[in-house]
Amino acid sequence: MKTYKISTVSKAILLIVAILFIGSLFVPMWQIELEAPQYPEGLVLKLHANKIGGDVEIINGLNHYIGMATLHTENFFEFTILPYIFGGFAAISLLLIFIAKRKAVLIFFISYILFVVLAAIDFYRWNYEYGHNLDPNAAIKVPGMAYQPPLIGYKQLLNFGAYSVPDTGGWMLTACGLLLFFIIFKEYKLFTKKKIN
Amino acid sequence: MKVLLAVVLVSALFTSCKPKNTGNAVAGNAEKAYVAPGKYDEFYNFVSGGFSGQLSVYGLPSGRLFRVIPVFSVDPEKGWGYSEETKPMLNTSQGFVPWDDLHHTELSQTNGEVDGRWVFGNANNTPRIARIDLKTFKTAEIIELPNSGGNHSSPFITENTEYVVAGTRFSVPADYSNGDVAINTYKENFKGHISFVKVGKEGEMDLAFQIVTPGVNFDLSHAGKGKSHGWFFFSCYNTEQANTLLEVNASQKDKDFIMAVNWKKAEEYLKSGKAKKQSVKYAHNKWNEKTHTATSEIKNEVMVLDAAELKDICYMIPCPKSPHGCDVDPTGEYIVGSGKLAALIPVFSFDKLQDAIKNKKFDGNYGGINVIKYEAALHGEVQKPGLGPLHTEFDGKGNAYTTFFVSSEVVKWDIKSLKVLDRVPTYYSVGHLCIPGGDSKKPFGKYLIAYNKITKDRYLPTGPELAQSAQIFDISGDKMELVLDFPTIGEPHYAQAAPADLIRNNGQLKFYKIADNNHPFVAKGEKEAKVVRSGNRVDVYMTSIRSHFAPDNIEGIKLGDEVYFHVTNLEQDWDVPHGFAVKGADNGELLIMPGETATLKWKPNRVGIFPMYCTDFCSALHQEMQGYIRVSPAGSSVPLTWSVGTNLPKTK
Repeated sequence: MKTYKISTVSKAILLIVAILFIGSLFVPMWQIELEAPQYPEGLVLKLHANKIGGDVEIINGLNHYIGMATLHTENFFEFTILPYIFGGFAAISLLLIFIAKRKAVLIFFISYILFVVLAAIDFYRWNYEYGHNLDPNAAIKVPGMAYQPPLIGYKQLLNFGAYSVPDTGGWMLTACGLLLFFIIFKEYKLFTKKKIN
Repeated sequence: MKVLLAVVLVSALFTSCKPKNTGNAVAGNAEKAYVAPGKYDEFYNFVSGGFSGQLSVYGLPSGRLFRVIPVFSVDPEKGWGYSEETKPMLNTSQGFVPWDDLHHTELSQTNGEVDGRWVFGNANNTPRIARIDLKTFKTAEIIELPNSGGNHSSPFITENTEYVVAGTRFSVPADYSNGDVAINTYKENFKGHISFVKVGKEGEMDLAFQIVTPGVNFDLSHAGKGKSHGWFFFSCYNTEQANTLLEVNASQKDKDFIMAVNWKKAEEYLKSGKAKKQSVKYAHNKWNEKTHTATSEIKNEVMVLDAAELKDICYMIPCPKSPHGCDVDPTGEYIVGSGKLAALIPVFSFDKLQDAIKNKKFDGNYGGINVIKYEAALHGEVQKPGLGPLHTEFDGKGNAYTTFFVSSEVVKWDIKSLKVLDRVPTYYSVGHLCIPGGDSKKPFGKYLIAYNKITKDRYLPTGPELAQSAQIFDISGDKMELVLDFPTIGEPHYAQAAPADLIRNNGQLKFYKIADNNHPFVAKGEKEAKVVRSGNRVDVYMTSIRSHFAPDNIEGIKLGDEVYFHVTNLEQDWDVPHGFAVKGADNGELLIMPGETATLKWKPNRVGIFPMYCTDFCSALHQEMQGYIRVSPAGSSVPLTWSVGTNLPKTK
């Protein structure tokens, strides 16, 4: 079977992808914005690759009313491995420039998509855990009420509106996926196939 | 019968020329003062609280009250003067003084423009100057003034806030001389002292020097600016030197004086050793934002320059009829004197004054101070402006606005031509007025606020003691238009205003960082909460966070103990203060801002259980934020214990 070498443009794009992976380590990936009548200025949780940032202390101070556990970076193993994973992705992207095989790019792309799906499941699992595992001695107990933030999008949780969306790093990671997809499209000539047929 | 007829006729005459009611004047202007809910005002208005001793902060043009800053009077609501930390702020050479009378406010300036760093206030009764930090809206420093009685011509400043001044209203025997003299020896023994307090980069105040003058009453003052920077002007009355029944005896002379002070010259004399070091006693109190605690230091010396001896520091400019207001226009050229009993307003020219000094156009001397010939310094007189001029502010467009107490009106006139342009009645008997930036080089001539001395029927009545009253006028057009009446805390004298953005964007603090808290009794977390006994002094290192205290159960306090609750607010978020009060405490409450520590001293006077609670509604569980203290008889063997959440009933 003939191996298809990828074009210079694709290599350049791979370089960009590598830079984006590295860049995403330095900015927050995801944010959960919280709004309430008492917080017109808003509160925000910023999820970085390696830590939880934003108004963590203030949110932790509020959590005890509903019996939600407090958030601490050290309680999430994800924050210790994510920087290595993104670093690894960056290294693979660079490596692919030298390997230069389109099939290799395809495998990487599929793996990356799998990773994203797993990450989303993991994020959902944590949200579920925090939203449902409530202290039975909490001051405020609303029967049937859980406080699971949305995976993505908006949800009202008692007096708080929670808005969960990608942050700068998240958009960079999205861009990585789109750029890899573009390379595959281009290298497998999916743009021109219809014409040939 | 004839008399009755005459009365009827006269009253008919009065009724026929009764001026039109104010109700009409306001209609249609209401929206000019309307600031929609949730929207901000254009200006901050820092209004003196007069005999309340405090400083109030309003919004313009809405007239809404935002905050009363405790300055010279105790305020149990905020713990001011009651918490151990704030007590030294009210210390003086006379000891702890719980009340004063704050008459004037002055915002700090840079290059003659309001800069939004600090606002100063004067204490009229026990002479002092306070500096309020506008990052925290808290009184940061208070300095006492020796050799003074009634600090009225204060706290006016120079154009780069080099100095804040004070002038004694009451001349008195100097603190460094024998004060046990007959009151009717005023002429020989009573002296005036004006004080120049240097203001440092961080705002710290230092009494640089005083100038001793013959005994008179100093009334108001303003600094020169621009071309007249380096000079200060003080109005004075009672040049008759009366010591009794002043309303008659101090109103005899046709003219009193505005004293022009060349303070740059005074600085030179101070440097060259011409000042005498005098032994006095005055307090200097400073608030430390890191320890959340004030310290009071008693100082013992002041440098005094003699105006009669050093001839080129002070000059007397004759000014008709007991001058009150002494105001300098934005260019620094014109000095407006307002004789309380005069029916004209004299305006002096700085250039002419300089010329008169240079060419010695003197008219004798007053107590050794050269008196300038009235006409030699006079730019001109505003003729028939009204009766009883008091104060003048400026709009930066060449107009001056003067208040008239007796004829109860504000009169707008042209500074150069001295022509009266407009007049508008006030309700009633206006004292001070304020135009934002109106005594600086750069006024914002959009609104004028009149602070009235008489309220009468302007608001719903509240018994013999009525609301205090202020009125806002729109002065953006040719005609002044009444926009709003608003009640104030008592009693408003001088006020200043600044654009809202200048103050709110000055780096205002939202809360104190707990990590920076260096209070000696801080507890930076519940783990540090504890109770320590040493003899009969008990220190409670207490924390507060929504919605509990730690500790909230304390036992082992005994009669005769002095208990100090050092409460640290652990919150680190905007607008989450906690309060603290304990039953029977013979002082105030504590209001503790996030990251702050404050101390309440409590001496229980009986055996029993004493509740304590959070007084500032902090959270949904605020009513649960409470605790108990058990007080046992002296000599009781109940051990000292403290806890939160663990002192549960014994289970069988």
